[in-house]
Amino acid sequence: MSDSVETAAVAAPVATGQSGTVVRSTVMRRLIRNPMGIASLAILGSIALLAIFAPVLAPFEENFANITKTLAPADSVNILGTDSAGRDTWSRLLFGAQLTLLSALLCAGVAIAIGLPAGLIAGYYAGKFEAVSNWVVSILMSLPGLIVLLTIRAAFGPSVWISMIAFGVLISPSYFRLTRTAVQSVRNELYVDAARVSGLSDWSIIARHIFSVVRAPIIIQTAAIAGVAIAIQSGLEFLGLGDPTKATWGVMLSEGFKNVYLTPTLLLWPALAMALTIGGLVLLGNAIRDALEDGEKIKHRKKRAASSATGARPTAGPAVARPSRKSVAAVDAGTEHHLVKVTNLGVGYPQADGTIKKVVDDVSFHVDRGEILGIVGESGSGKSQTAFSILGLLPDNARIVGGAIQFDGNYTVAPGDERVNQARLSKLRGKRISYIPQEPMSNLDPAFTIGYQLVTPMVRVLGISKEEARRRALKLLTDVGIASPERTFSAYPHEVSGGMAQRVLIAGAISCEPDLVIADEPTTALDVTVQADVLDLLRELQQRLNIGVVLVTHNFGVVADLCDRVAVMQNGRLVEEGSVRDILRNPKEQYTRTLLASMLEGKTPMSMLVSSQKEPVA
Amino acid sequence: MSTQNAPLLTVDNLVVEYPSKKFRAKPFRALTDINITIGQGETLGLVGESGSGKTTLGRAVLGLAPVTAGKITFEGKDISHATRKQRRTLSRDLQVVFQDPYTSLNPALEIGDILAEPLGVQGMSPAEAKKRVKELLDQVGLPADALHRLPREFSGGQRQRVAIARALALSPKLIVCDEPVSALDLSTQARVLDLFLQIQKDTGVSYLFVSHDLDVVRHISHRVAVMYHGEIVEQGPAEIVTRDPEHPYTQRLLLASPVPDPDRQEQRRADRHRLLESQRHQIEQAGALA
Amino acid sequence: MIKFIAKRLGSGLVVLFVVSALTFTLLYTSSGSIARNILGDQATPEQVALKEQELGLDQPLVTRYFAWLGDALSGNLGASWFTSEPVASSLATRIPVTMTMVFTAMILIAICAALIGVAAAVKRGWVDRVVQVGAIVGDSIPGYVIGVLLVTILAIQLGFFPATSTISPEVGPEAWVYSMTLPVIALLINGVTGGAQQIRSAVIKQLERDYVRTLRSRGIGEREILFKHVLRSAAPAGLTVLSLQLIGMLGGVVIIEQIFALPGMGPLAVTATGQSDLPVVMGVVMYTVVVVIVVNLLVDILNGWLNPKVRVS
Repeated sequence: MSDSVETAAVAAPVATGQSGTVVRSTVMRRLIRNPMGIASLAILGSIALLAIFAPVLAPFEENFANITKTLAPADSVNILGTDSAGRDTWSRLLFGAQLTLLSALLCAGVAIAIGLPAGLIAGYYAGKFEAVSNWVVSILMSLPGLIVLLTIRAAFGPSVWISMIAFGVLISPSYFRLTRTAVQSVRNELYVDAARVSGLSDWSIIARHIFSVVRAPIIIQTAAIAGVAIAIQSGLEFLGLGDPTKATWGVMLSEGFKNVYLTPTLLLWPALAMALTIGGLVLLGNAIRDALEDGEKIKHRKKRAASSATGARPTAGPAVARPSRKSVAAVDAGTEHHLVKVTNLGVGYPQADGTIKKVVDDVSFHVDRGEILGIVGESGSGKSQTAFSILGLLPDNARIVGGAIQFDGNYTVAPGDERVNQARLSKLRGKRISYIPQEPMSNLDPAFTIGYQLVTPMVRVLGISKEEARRRALKLLTDVGIASPERTFSAYPHEVSGGMAQRVLIAGAISCEPDLVIADEPTTALDVTVQADVLDLLRELQQRLNIGVVLVTHNFGVVADLCDRVAVMQNGRLVEEGSVRDILRNPKEQYTRTLLASMLEGKTPMSMLVSSQKEPVA
Repeated sequence: MSTQNAPLLTVDNLVVEYPSKKFRAKPFRALTDINITIGQGETLGLVGESGSGKTTLGRAVLGLAPVTAGKITFEGKDISHATRKQRRTLSRDLQVVFQDPYTSLNPALEIGDILAEPLGVQGMSPAEAKKRVKELLDQVGLPADALHRLPREFSGGQRQRVAIARALALSPKLIVCDEPVSALDLSTQARVLDLFLQIQKDTGVSYLFVSHDLDVVRHISHRVAVMYHGEIVEQGPAEIVTRDPEHPYTQRLLLASPVPDPDRQEQRRADRHRLLESQRHQIEQAGALA
Repeated sequence: MIKFIAKRLGSGLVVLFVVSALTFTLLYTSSGSIARNILGDQATPEQVALKEQELGLDQPLVTRYFAWLGDALSGNLGASWFTSEPVASSLATRIPVTMTMVFTAMILIAICAALIGVAAAVKRGWVDRVVQVGAIVGDSIPGYVIGVLLVTILAIQLGFFPATSTISPEVGPEAWVYSMTLPVIALLINGVTGGAQQIRSAVIKQLERDYVRTLRSRGIGEREILFKHVLRSAAPAGLTVLSLQLIGMLGGVVIIEQIFALPGMGPLAVTATGQSDLPVVMGVVMYTVVVVIVVNLLVDILNGWLNPKVRVS
């Protein structure tokens, strides 16, 4: 199977030679190299040290009150001044840090102790335990934390520890859900199945394959939870519902607020301490996430290449072309009659180091009216990128690095343009150029009926009424071989089969009677018998409507079935191009020959296909 | 080849049902009355469309799908409901290669650790395991320095070689191959198929080879079973089933796969339309008779 | 759809029952000698026993719970042990104040977070960076600390707003809005920064979907794709974010009301908690859970309307 976007596969380095022994230490190194990471570690580290050595560092006991010296400004004895009872602000801040950090740890510890094992069990074994825990979780999550803590306070009296244990229980669903989701995503991974086949016990599987997946998210989550715990605990104390014998930031804030008209600085210190601590935790969580994501980028891209998602970066809409100086340039004389003509096209993606990685390089071909051109190649050949540049639907960060594309005698990419001319293409797309995608299901919006998704483009593009469009849509559904068009019209995408959905997408592609259809692996996701039906349908429609088609595929059988001419691509370059009989019967290039030799049809069963010519490993 | 002795694997009247998610709803029946055997050094190809149950059959043999009824016998022992401990012993002889080389290897583990996992389970010492892992890498044609690399540093074809090496680690007698070449490019597929054939030649291992592609199955199998809606509709020698099938579904499947030549494909297309016409005819007649 | 709503409503009632039973048990089994707390240390054992009988504390817990439940179902939540004011009526005078603030803040959060989040997802660039930094800053400072700082700076130092708010029927709507502005801002800042961040991710995720490219290929305009398709698909994620924020806000508003001296649920809850005035605490918990259940039900209905798959199953 081949992918539809090749950038990723091309971009993904194979065998970098870098040793993988040090996965975790590279994350750590990346964390330290990140300014956000080092700053957060420094902040949290200093606060932790101050808290640990509070008894040594603090000049006064936390509740020592010098009633002759209240609300004093900073001096050499009380370096941050005193509060309304004459207590030393700096000392209280230090003891407050101790209590704050300990209570945050307690809360996170309780939450992990409950949420993590419950999540592991629920995720791995599912069944009744999961159902019951989900229910408990839904209740816990619908209770506002502070209200519950008020209840606990009313029941058990003022204790930091009891309230933090209660809050730990209350917030444990966040660990539960995190763990369960992570485990569920891994539980059915094939490598876990492989471990089961090897006879590994459940506990070994959890320890070896599953726990490693949850570890990092748990750390990130703990940073966030500790921050929330600090906020809610100080809030409780601020309300005067904490333990009055303890110096805490919340109490100090409330004390400062009471004296806000006299000494507003009293407010400043606890607020700053809180913001620094929670901010440090938030930053740390973000930095760890960034460090992990950096490491996963390569893997991520590879996976995408395999599952044919969009390009390497999120596409926020096709980039609007800057008005080209050459937008009025006329195409070369004598080429106007080609429906589409691609000349020396190059497509690339800017890399972090400033270079541009080319995924399509110096590709030229043309398609005439009523003609089917097959672009065939393996993953990473640039075939889909070429097709998308004709449609003007390349990912946002793609650049045209060379060449031109003309449609019906006008440039859509003029020589020298860096981007596709969207102003021109948006008038053509849907109306004269249309598209058939690979995956039938993911290309229909699940929230709208099939009928709506057929009718709207016709109303927008052709300017016809809704009733007229509806009539045409039903006719189209009949045309693409759907037995009960009325029912399919009002169905949602998830209510029809994959083959049916692909017929709907084909109906959509021809609904506005285009001149050119770009079909990107239109049958790859279908069963072989369904593929044969869809190929028949495509051929019949193409002949009846006399459309030009660019058919991107990896399958020479499909090429033989539909195409008039073939272009073979490899690593972004056009290897050779010619009539379907010439290419399939007498390929000139070695690469085409190798590809055809890999076909199984007509080979002696159980014979070696390529290994006789001792080649580098795939 | 050598099917004359007692078969290595026998599946008798196997039924697999998955409990329905909905309360008190009827369970979903994935497999109905399956009977297959695989001899030593033999490859049984299992072909069918998505949802036909071919993957489920492979998973049932591996103990990854619930056996509702029927019996799976491996080397004379009933393994239909083998415990995890029995599976551990069994894993020396029964192994697996999955379809997706991207998700069948734990992305966080080095290749060396992945390959050593089945060896460790069997109690092999790390030093011995390391030696064996090196042999395996050589056997599947990967460089020795792959040992300390992560799966993401390899291409799809190379990853599939790692997965094959893992299956080979304990020198098993049977490997269940679940669509092992479907995710690969054409030329990579050819090389990996060569590897499968070479390994069989060298070690005499048997394969249960699951694929949706009739061409692949024909190429690699001694015998072929065709699955349709959870049942085996036809089985027999590869040459016969894949060239001159009896069951209407297999006939349709055979003619649906396009061939890489425009004129022969046109012929095949015509044959297919004729076949569909005659099958429609038969159904109508059967309907008229009933 | 009606069946769907009925099912959700039913499970909401079960939750209400479970939470009330748990809270009741928690409050009434662990509070030590309730009667002595109320009467003080000087009370004689006879007086304490009499008080316990008066409060019905000599009955078994289960009997008391079902008595409470029966009364509650008829709208009687008991009376405060300290002021003797019926709980239901003190809730009734305070709920409007709190709910006005909470829902004003929620609506503003929904609008601001959606606008900013969508802008960040679509435009990227500097808007996106501001949203990212804003989320970190918002997460770092607890909402009530923001409230305290706002009062200190805007009201006390600069005098732009009243520091405390007196809301009575006599004041005109202008004064009312004037005094509500700061508390609402204090409530919504965290919500906007966090919400915008999450809505941004949800929208980006939708923009990456295959069907968006197909819609573009059909000649549908960017604006229509964004507002009709992408936002609709991203909405369930946004709604979940908002409903969780609302749950959090029901707690946060208690502190905010305390800071601004607003006559809402906050002061009532805090006083009752400090005194262990259990009927009032019970009433506060029940009101909160009812609000949460109603909001969750609304979210479920909206989600069902947005996502045909949910509706069908």
